[in-house]
Amino acid sequence: MKYEMVIGLEVHTELSTKSKIFCSCTTEFGGEPNTHCCPICTGMPGVLPKLNKKVVEYGIAVGLATNCEITPYGKFDRKNYFYPDLPKAYQVSQLYLPICRNGSVEIEGEGFHKTIGIHEIHMEEDAGKLIHDPIFDTTRADYNRCGVPLLEIVSEPDFRSAEEVIAYLETLKATLQYLGVSDCKMQEGSLRADVNLSVRPEGQEEFGTRTEMKNLNSFRAIARAIAAEKKRQIEVVESGEKVIQETRRWDDDAGKSYAMRSKEDAQDYRYFPEPDLAPVVISEAWKEKIRASLPMLPRERKKKYIEEYGLSEYDARLITEIKALADYFDEVNDIVKNPKEVANWLLGDFMRLAKEGEDDSFNILLDAAKMAEIIKMIKENLINRNTGKDVFFAVWKENLDPRAYVEEHDLAMVGDDSLVRDTVAKVLAANPKTVEEYKGGKTKVLGFLVGQCMKELKGKADPGAINAMLRDALK
Amino acid sequence: MSVFEWTPLETAAKIKKKEVSVREVTEAALKRVGDVDAEVGAFLRTEEDYALRQADIVQKKIDGGEELGPLAGVPFGLKDNICTKGLETTCASKILSGFRPPYHATATRKLEKAGVIMIGKTNMDEFAMGSTSETSYYKTTKNPWDLSRVPGGSSGGSAAAVAAREVPFTIGTDTGGSIRQPAAYCGVTGLKPTYGAVSRFGLIAYGSSLDQIGPIAPTARDCAAVFNAISGYDEMDSTSMPLEIDALREIDGGVKGMKIGIPKSYFGEGLHEEVRAAVLAAAKVFAAEGAEIEEFDFPMLDYAVPAYYIIASAEASSNLSRYDGVKYGFRSEQAESLRDIYLKTRTEGFGGEVKKRIMLGAFALSSGYYDAYYNKALQVKALIKKAFDEAFAKYDMILGPVAPTTAPKLGESLKDPLAMYLSDIYTVSANLSGLPGLSLPCGFDKEGMPIGMQLLGKAFDDAKLLRAGAAYQNVTSFHRETPDIAEKGGESA
Amino acid sequence: MKITDEIIDYVSSLARLDLSGDEKAKIKGEIEKIIDYMDILNTLDTADVEPMSHVLPTTNIFREDEVVASLPREEILSNAPDSDEGAFRVPKTVE
Repeated sequence: MKYEMVIGLEVHTELSTKSKIFCSCTTEFGGEPNTHCCPICTGMPGVLPKLNKKVVEYGIAVGLATNCEITPYGKFDRKNYFYPDLPKAYQVSQLYLPICRNGSVEIEGEGFHKTIGIHEIHMEEDAGKLIHDPIFDTTRADYNRCGVPLLEIVSEPDFRSAEEVIAYLETLKATLQYLGVSDCKMQEGSLRADVNLSVRPEGQEEFGTRTEMKNLNSFRAIARAIAAEKKRQIEVVESGEKVIQETRRWDDDAGKSYAMRSKEDAQDYRYFPEPDLAPVVISEAWKEKIRASLPMLPRERKKKYIEEYGLSEYDARLITEIKALADYFDEVNDIVKNPKEVANWLLGDFMRLAKEGEDDSFNILLDAAKMAEIIKMIKENLINRNTGKDVFFAVWKENLDPRAYVEEHDLAMVGDDSLVRDTVAKVLAANPKTVEEYKGGKTKVLGFLVGQCMKELKGKADPGAINAMLRDALK
Repeated sequence: MSVFEWTPLETAAKIKKKEVSVREVTEAALKRVGDVDAEVGAFLRTEEDYALRQADIVQKKIDGGEELGPLAGVPFGLKDNICTKGLETTCASKILSGFRPPYHATATRKLEKAGVIMIGKTNMDEFAMGSTSETSYYKTTKNPWDLSRVPGGSSGGSAAAVAAREVPFTIGTDTGGSIRQPAAYCGVTGLKPTYGAVSRFGLIAYGSSLDQIGPIAPTARDCAAVFNAISGYDEMDSTSMPLEIDALREIDGGVKGMKIGIPKSYFGEGLHEEVRAAVLAAAKVFAAEGAEIEEFDFPMLDYAVPAYYIIASAEASSNLSRYDGVKYGFRSEQAESLRDIYLKTRTEGFGGEVKKRIMLGAFALSSGYYDAYYNKALQVKALIKKAFDEAFAKYDMILGPVAPTTAPKLGESLKDPLAMYLSDIYTVSANLSGLPGLSLPCGFDKEGMPIGMQLLGKAFDDAKLLRAGAAYQNVTSFHRETPDIAEKGGESA
Repeated sequence: MKITDEIIDYVSSLARLDLSGDEKAKIKGEIEKIIDYMDILNTLDTADVEPMSHVLPTTNIFREDEVVASLPREEILSNAPDSDEGAFRVPKTVE
């Protein structure tokens, strides 16, 4: 039997506000344990929360960017459960009146273009970090992260493949980064996705029983976890058993997931309206003010790249998916005014190098002006394209000045035409056999002769010009 | 010198006139607690070092001509659910034993700023859950008028301390009557301010939507001065209102022309005859002072207690979840696993009444029961608020009893918890509706126990209530009566 | 409404309370009586009543996004029953 997957996502994104959601402690990542803490975020008796306005503004911005309805009268609710990473033993979240509802995100990739529904977006506080000490068999609780603001973006169960999930996450991440509301670093936990997955026989209307997968720390892990969970569930179903609705934890090293909570802990969060926080009223005026201040989002930017710059749909998507890359593209293009050329440069080795390093991070090491300089030197015929590539590799890591590098390593093309002409003559003279072949109609040997000339000139020439010169000479 | 014969305002006036020093009154109060508190049990602990240090600081400020307000230098007692930086704050619970908050409550800070001297923390029902102060883990407070009776609760220690004249005033908290009822049982004056008038920051929460901090003192005028010191906007509390009320400005304005409503349902079945008579007699006093008295129908009374206990318990079940043995306070010695730490710490650390309310609250919020109980209670709360809005469209104030009876004997109330809950019938509505309520002594029963009456007002009409209270106390003397124990241990300094 | 042993066990587990035989029976009995009394609320028709979670009319109480220095760590940990390496310490959490 063939099975179809049904997937919904719960994406948590830590907002890049300066201070926490309910107190004035810094949200800075890291820091020694419990040094970004106060009585409020460590849940001491008698303290009260005070809402960071920026969190609401970011929530509205994300809602607008994902075509949501913005809730005009919203509230916070308490979600009650015991765990040592949650010092109040309740998380202030939104259940009954979340800030955004009924949105959508368009995604596309190889062979699909679809709309994913956003069920809701709510504001909440992050929990702390638990550090397990294997030697003493204890756990240490660090509350630095407690109270860092989060948006939880809950999708509809609209995904049917891992590719769709990844495309959605790429789009969402780009949107959040464009809005400047989150740095979306999965390895630092500022973007986290929980995957709700079920399988059903193809053609079946109703959904199967779903599981929730946690601890997915990279896009790669998400893809792997989806494949593994699909396989696991199909095996369960085919062996005549039932999939149990449960939360599972993905172990990426083992390539396996484990059921997380024991049954004795019923999931009954006893939500109720948070009495310590006033309701949040979002007026049309406030909403429109934020709408007017939204930056250009990935979709619009992509459209601009296609329509104004003539980039292909594919290239435009790849560039705009990563805000840092799109910003870089604009910077370089402002200098060289050749969007196609810039796109070619950025989508090749550049992209590969920038993605090197930790999972899902994107680090550009070379200044845009320096990148532009390389392209300019080629355009000026100072260096040829191959040399340009070599220069790029050479200057990338240390962010060196490419023009100085070319000078220092004497990589500029030979400006002396007579030297080039002499070299051509010399090569022709040294390869009479090849010349014969060419004249006999085997024109593709020309490439060999070009290569010989380039070798002779140590690569410092324009292969196109040599090509023309050779043709001329062989006429 | 017998400091304890003076009201807070009188004490401060004498300090200002240099008739007595801050240190002298502070030491006298500490000595007084030493003399009589073994019998009364109003204080959980005194903070002598802190108090004397503060006394010297305040004296210096007074001598330097700094204007600290009308209470500067007066010693007082603070209910033990209000945080004091570096000083133990336990809510009279084992689970918070040894807890020294690294911060002051806003009220504590404001009181320090007003130059009053906190000499110790007063006993209470554990986490303010109770009507008798008997659910304290540490001690039982007795009613200074009759040591075999309860002082009321949950601010029983605060009310008893004032009644026994151990300190000129105290601070209590009121979630369902916890200032007004013990004030009535102990024959002193107590104000539950409007929700939002006094910051709750640093008040260890019981029912967050209901809790308020307020004064207990011999007179309404003193309460007004204390109210002025602790009230006002606080940016740390999202439910604090940006209003400044000066309750002393018109304290002598009288009640002439005020309309006072008497809700008939408050005088129905269950109200003790002597209490009824005393409260109705007080209505006559108001009438004689020029107020217009009118009876009216108040429909929602019977629903207030169940709605209150559902809401308060539900909030408490969440508020008290943080006591888990991980961050502060007590951790069970028996605990080995994480689950044990939770279960054993909480089971050993909380008393029976607290556990029961946590259970009740968790039940009312649990899956399948939320709509029938918690949400229903919120709807009833809306109806009660509406009933008050309608009443206050006609009246400046509502007059009624505080409690159906005078103070019961020790040990009696906890035998029938439902009956104890029902005795809160006249007080909980003010908390559900966020309204101010003032409890005033208005007589004594045949056994010599004090009777209290209650004035309820519109939101943020706290000053008007206090003004009416002062008008009443200008022409009556119930508030001047003191129990025999107040005479004991007398001379000092 | 009838309060069963199952309800009591379920709720005490939610509340992380480990009630022993006598205490459990006592609490169960009292809760039963109280719940019974609370059912009086069902005699009120509230179909059209908006539940009132907040009694104050205020909305949008915000703070600006500004950082204030955190508390020194010694003070954060000063009341901890057990701490280690600057953190609160508990027995191993099991996943």
